[in-house]
Amino acid sequence: MSRTAICHTAREAVAGIADRATILVGGFGMAGMPTTLIDALIEQGATDLTIVSNNAGNGDTGLAALLAAGRVTKVICSFPRQSDSYVFDGLYRSGQVQLEVVPQGNLAERIRAAGAGIGAFFCPTGVGTPLAEGKETRTIDGRDYVLEYPIRGDVALIGAHIGDRAGNLLYRKTARNFGPVMATAATLTVAEVSRVVEVGAIDPETVVTPGIFVDRILDLSAVSNDQHTSQVAS
Amino acid sequence: MTVHVPSRSAVEHVDRDPLDRRELAAIIARDIPRGSYVNLGIGQPTTVAEYLTPEADVVLHTENGMLGMGGEAVGEAIDADLMNAGKIPVTETPGASYFHHADSFAMMRGGHLDVCVLGAFQVSERGDLANWHTGAPDAIPAVGGAMDLAIGAKDVFVMMNLFTKDGTAKLVPQCTYPLTGLRCVSRVYTDHAIFEIDSSGDGRVRVLETFGIAVRELAERMAIKLR
Repeated sequence: MSRTAICHTAREAVAGIADRATILVGGFGMAGMPTTLIDALIEQGATDLTIVSNNAGNGDTGLAALLAAGRVTKVICSFPRQSDSYVFDGLYRSGQVQLEVVPQGNLAERIRAAGAGIGAFFCPTGVGTPLAEGKETRTIDGRDYVLEYPIRGDVALIGAHIGDRAGNLLYRKTARNFGPVMATAATLTVAEVSRVVEVGAIDPETVVTPGIFVDRILDLSAVSNDQHTSQVAS
Repeated sequence: MTVHVPSRSAVEHVDRDPLDRRELAAIIARDIPRGSYVNLGIGQPTTVAEYLTPEADVVLHTENGMLGMGGEAVGEAIDADLMNAGKIPVTETPGASYFHHADSFAMMRGGHLDVCVLGAFQVSERGDLANWHTGAPDAIPAVGGAMDLAIGAKDVFVMMNLFTKDGTAKLVPQCTYPLTGLRCVSRVYTDHAIFEIDSSGDGRVRVLETFGIAVRELAERMAIKLR
């Protein structure tokens, strides 16, 4: 299916995500974190997941809850250690989750490369540091570079601000962070948005992520209505 | 834009205390060239922003995707979608822009940022930086944007105390902590002195200014050669 589907339940939005999937998860701290999709993924039950995200969860919600549920075998991120990353810290120290630390810009560029069809790229970041150990290097015009490979996702879960029915996305302030890059780099890209507008309601000049990169949109305004309805019904 | 200081011998301020943290932040702000694009690292370097005057016309970059970052947000101005790299709520200034992470790090790696200010565990006399990992076996490694910033900005200023609690200088012949970047630091701002490193030169570190200590005593307390 090539056109964007508008989902009205979170369950529908994460349907079909398989065990052992690599999942790109947007967000920097809580800004842009697709918490509704992550909660739905916990309920959906996929396990043995590899999570690619800037951080490794904060507090007890979102990624931290997915980790706490025992669904994650590996985390690829730039900054796992934070004041409130105790869920990850405990799992890592007890050997229950693997960690690959990637410099933040390399994380973004490796994901960008995957989405742009780049086979690998030479990058100056990390040259001569422990994070470049064992990697191929090359000197180009007198400067040293490390060969970095793309990071592709089976799934990308991102948070955006407004989507339209054609799948175009707008973001809000620094919640944009990894969203536009991750959207390009997964087989299945799912975005949760605060509301969905009709085609034509977004000025084409302002579109940040074109709909071609987006497979499913979860309309959070519809989700809260559904929850309200089901509470009334029960 | 590169930082230019005319050749001179060190200015010694002996009859005073070493700089406190606020004075150090103010001096770094003083030395950031007018009109620069600047990234201030998480923690102590963030405080430099408090001493940048409107006349300095500095544009602050935050690597989570913004140019034109304003001060910390308080009260009703707090917006969960607007934070700095330290995940502290901030404000936007007129002319601000937002962009995704790949663009944000292209700004660094591509050499578009003029200055970044970073903390450090150690800096070597040739400008190697160690600031991301203590190397302790039980420490969880976390690098964030430190390696990207170290090799990306045109000038890397380090902001740190010169001596550890046991009195060992943190500006060293060779770093013993895991490295963040090679030959990337151009200035080291400390409570006791400001140093300039010419990473392409003979490895000697030039003292620009001292605070509460004479250059001679400084040289005695450090394992590197000063000039």
